[in-house]
Amino acid sequence: MAHAYTPGLKVTDREVLRRQRRLPILGDVLVKLGDEVKPDTVVARTELPGDPQTLNVANSLSLIPAEVPEAMLKKEGDWVSEGEVIARSASFFGLLRRQVKAPCDGTIERISDISGQVTLREPPIPLEMTAYISGKVVEILPREGVVIETTGAYIQGIFGVGGETFGPIRVRAKGPEKPLTAADIDGECRGAIVVGGSLLTGEAIAKAAASGVKALVAGGIIDTDLVEYLGYDIGVAITGHEDVPTTLIVTEGFGPMRMADKTFEILKSLDGYEASVTGATQIRAGVMRPEIIVSGYRSTRPADKEEAVQGLVPGTPIRLIREPYFGQLGTVTELPLELTVIETEARVRILKARLASGETVTVPRANVEIIEG
Amino acid sequence: MARAKFELGRRIDSILATDCGSTTTKAILIEKRDGAYRLVVRGEAPTTVEKPFEDVTMGARNAIREIEELTGRKLLSENGVITPQKGEAGVDVYLSTSSAGGGLQMMVAGVVKTMTAESAERAALGAGAIVMDVIAVNDGRKPHHKIQRIRHLRPDMILLSGGIDGGTKKHVVEIAELIAAAEPKPRLGIGFKLPIIYAGNKDATSHIAETLGEAMDLRVVSNLRPVLEVEVLGPAREEIHNLFMEHVMAQAPGYDKLMKWTPVPIMPTPAAVGSLVETVGKERGITVIGVDIGGATTDVFSYFAETFNRTVSANLGMSYSICNVLLEAGLERIKRWLPFAIDEGDLRNRIRNKMIRPTTIPQTLEELLIEQAISREALSLAFEHHKTLATGLKGVARGGTFDRFMEQRHVGASSLIDMMNLGLLIGSGGVLSHAPRRVQAALMLIDGFQVEGVTRLAVDSIFMMPQLGVLATVHPEASAQVFERDCLIRLGTAIAPVGPASGRTATEVVRVKGTLPGGGSFDEAVNYGEMKRISLPENETVTITVQPARGYDVGAGPGHRLETNVEGGTCGLILDGRGRPLVLSDQPDERAKKLIEWFRALDVYPEEPLNRLVAR
Repeated sequence: MAHAYTPGLKVTDREVLRRQRRLPILGDVLVKLGDEVKPDTVVARTELPGDPQTLNVANSLSLIPAEVPEAMLKKEGDWVSEGEVIARSASFFGLLRRQVKAPCDGTIERISDISGQVTLREPPIPLEMTAYISGKVVEILPREGVVIETTGAYIQGIFGVGGETFGPIRVRAKGPEKPLTAADIDGECRGAIVVGGSLLTGEAIAKAAASGVKALVAGGIIDTDLVEYLGYDIGVAITGHEDVPTTLIVTEGFGPMRMADKTFEILKSLDGYEASVTGATQIRAGVMRPEIIVSGYRSTRPADKEEAVQGLVPGTPIRLIREPYFGQLGTVTELPLELTVIETEARVRILKARLASGETVTVPRANVEIIEG
Repeated sequence: MARAKFELGRRIDSILATDCGSTTTKAILIEKRDGAYRLVVRGEAPTTVEKPFEDVTMGARNAIREIEELTGRKLLSENGVITPQKGEAGVDVYLSTSSAGGGLQMMVAGVVKTMTAESAERAALGAGAIVMDVIAVNDGRKPHHKIQRIRHLRPDMILLSGGIDGGTKKHVVEIAELIAAAEPKPRLGIGFKLPIIYAGNKDATSHIAETLGEAMDLRVVSNLRPVLEVEVLGPAREEIHNLFMEHVMAQAPGYDKLMKWTPVPIMPTPAAVGSLVETVGKERGITVIGVDIGGATTDVFSYFAETFNRTVSANLGMSYSICNVLLEAGLERIKRWLPFAIDEGDLRNRIRNKMIRPTTIPQTLEELLIEQAISREALSLAFEHHKTLATGLKGVARGGTFDRFMEQRHVGASSLIDMMNLGLLIGSGGVLSHAPRRVQAALMLIDGFQVEGVTRLAVDSIFMMPQLGVLATVHPEASAQVFERDCLIRLGTAIAPVGPASGRTATEVVRVKGTLPGGGSFDEAVNYGEMKRISLPENETVTITVQPARGYDVGAGPGHRLETNVEGGTCGLILDGRGRPLVLSDQPDERAKKLIEWFRALDVYPEEPLNRLVAR
């Protein structure tokens, strides 16, 4: 394979970013090319058709389906209010009268003489699409949405839950190896994106959710704490639609995991800045990872060297992403060309790396991730 | 399966085929050499159907470029693959399959859950689709719940069936009204009409058109169940394939270009694999099960009683959906295959980490054992799912024959799968095809499927069944030759008596005798709870006699001797005296001891790291 390594997550304080904001169905775009927008600016709007209710009028009135149109007091297209009688029948010389009332406000959409069903459509549901990030509108997708561009800091996580939100960054951990505890969540964290070090503890998650924290970010999370927070277990890696009060983002993986120094340092320098975040994760070809975006941030740090762009070369900083060295950081020292037999007896492409501890280890190239800048 | 709509009108000496999978695009080059078609080389590259590339041909070009580099031959031009071959450049034909971007996703609907809705499900699955939901009048959900569900899904198309021809129209129209009310939208192409195939009571067609014709792209084909006793899936499957090309492929990024590269319709990957499994069964006159365990899904294909069936367990896989295996099987069932103790929290975190970093590979034996334990459970769950759908028609009397393409099935709600009569079990997918020792794949198949009696085992060497499946539609000879010589790795034959799985350890459950082609002979007795391996090379066939103990059956009836021919393979003959159904001890120490005993008897894992692992 041309690229026998995982490209890695983007962690940078200078990135040009574009985000497409698209309605699920056609609607109206509310902004113009060149407009400056904020995360909560509504950029497009549409109306989702209201929920339909199917009423089995034939059964309710003890009629055959063909008799339903005659029993209807309303016709297709008519507006009805909740509780209004829409169909009526009489039998035994008018002694037994039955009727069907509208269960909600809506429009009579269909009267079927084949099934005897009547479809009542509830009023449309307005749907507004916000900008999500601050930036400039650089493209209009007619009737569908816009593309917004910004320059700033960009940090990808490895996994998250919960949807889009925004707020100021508050770094609460003293270092990348420190877990985020309940005691770290104070009054200032309300409405904020709170950053921990190695772990989002279960207690911290619970307190954050109860205190109006918008999002939590840390290196790792314990699997069972995630299950407890969600109230169910995640089977497939598609997230972002969970109905949770606080979005969670982990940058390294499951288990207590020291956050990569660079990620922690950049987040520290962003303390107090407004960030847009999402926990949405979808792991397939062209993966979608959770992200933290600080629009308009101008870094004073010298730019990184461009090692990551070249792929793996001796000296490339890497993160080891599988046991037995899972979570450790190191530097590539050697990239042997020939296939090598590893403990499992599989013949694979390997590399040698020096770990932060000074130890030199051999690992499959598939099990490392470049720390990108 | 769908009939090929294209015929190659010229001599074909070189073939290039790609499979654009959800993660990687795999290309193979086949050439006719010394009168036979053989695989020359393969290449692969990441699939580029999603952001940031959003053009499937980029991944296809990268995979083909790897073949160019390995062969030194020019295959690509600006316009795509060079066809036909001129001198050393290009190939005579290029073809492709695709499951990229989630493959073909369908919703199906019918009137009665176990009748027309089930027929619709079988039609969609056989055409290579992932079935997102099955809606039926009697599925137990309230109408508004069904509508919510239909609205929420964004399928590529819907298949609607219901009623026999001339029967009542009311119920199928009722379902059509629910669909109309839900106003479902297609997954791809905002503003496009969602395609819906109607394959129900022909007398209701005009009402269906009135209900759905305006808002949706309605196609009408003949009824899946024209009468209760007959199921006709062919026309609906043909239409699904047509719509897959016309709508799904046309909307998917870059496919408009890819379609111009090939004169042969692009097939959904599972449909191509299914077509190959079916061809193997038909041509050899044997029963076959094929399984493809991928990162996101596990497909099971079977050919029993001259009936082809496919199911897809959309959320059982080894990376993307690995946590769903954990969820469905439970941690205990995974742990029971591990001969060492492991902290539950640690194991759960490891499985999650595989999900979020799906391209990593096991480096240690411990990690390999964990992955192979999960695969046993994924295979087992997918197979259980398959057995529930691969059944005869429910609640009807036996019917007659129809056109041979009009796949029918007859009486009985019981599963068509009869493990005792299974001729060949073929495994495919990374965890099986790339297992460091072939016997690991054999054991995963034996444990996951609990094979019974005498069963041949094989794996797809490098996962090229999709490409050979689409090739079979236009050049069956080339497909068959490459399948036999380069694709199929014969693992050997498993002999597993069916009988009580709770016998005494020193009791003989089966004795196997045979004469080897070189003149030697073997006479092996297997006691209860034991496993043994007899070396028998690939391409060697021997006649054996199998004498099961009283109460045990290998195919001739309990206690009856069976004389049969068996094929060798890289693992030879595997004798399994563990009884069926297979029961593992609920005592961790006892279970671990047995697992190690079996691993050693079959030489499944390298001894030294295994010793280290169990000694810690």
